[in-house]
Amino acid sequence: MRRFNDARARNHASYWAFVVHRISGLLLALFLPIHLWALARALNGEIALDGFLRAVDRPLFKLAEWGLVVLLALHAAGGVRLLLIEFASWSGLRKDLIAAAAGVGVVAGLAFALALFY
Amino acid sequence: MTPAAREARLWYWQRVSAMVLALCVLVHIATIVYAVRGGLSAAEILSRTRGSIAFGAFYIVFLVACAVHVPIGLAAILEEWLGLSRRGARIAAAAFVALTFGFGVAAIEGVVFS
Repeated sequence: MRRFNDARARNHASYWAFVVHRISGLLLALFLPIHLWALARALNGEIALDGFLRAVDRPLFKLAEWGLVVLLALHAAGGVRLLLIEFASWSGLRKDLIAAAAGVGVVAGLAFALALFY
Repeated sequence: MTPAAREARLWYWQRVSAMVLALCVLVHIATIVYAVRGGLSAAEILSRTRGSIAFGAFYIVFLVACAVHVPIGLAAILEEWLGLSRRGARIAAAAFVALTFGFGVAAIEGVVFS
């Protein structure tokens, strides 16, 4: 018989931290081969890479890039949170770590957005 | 190796690679934010990276750490969310990472060593 989690188990910051970590990890993993494939165009010279960079120099791609930077920052900060929980000798719920990880995502998102537009 | 020992080993490698990746991602995001100002051009990127031992070494470490880290998480997702068998999930994740790693080697060769 398949058991379902009580909804209350999901109404918790730690559950949402898990969801964010998993979704961001999945999207980053799927993006990785595309990213590396695009960079590998440099094998065919500067012009080939430039052609690709120009093709993706559109608002929609910039928005996607921004999203990927935020996902990367969130996944990294969420991962550091897990490492601290597992390896550091702290105790308690440590919800502040979740808030800090979300903060890192916000900071990275703002920094990248500023760099894009200024 | 017993199944439990194998799980423990995967957990260990996911964490060790995460420690390496935490540093790599910090450097990567800082580089992205620095490089993206004023728009990206191939000439600008390649003038920075081509022939640079530092960039080459950094991206080799980054790529290897990704190749260790990604399949472990991916296999867990394939098993838990898509209902694949453990063996099937590991094979699919390994195939995905082998492809990605191949692109990564080509990318490093193109951006740094050519």
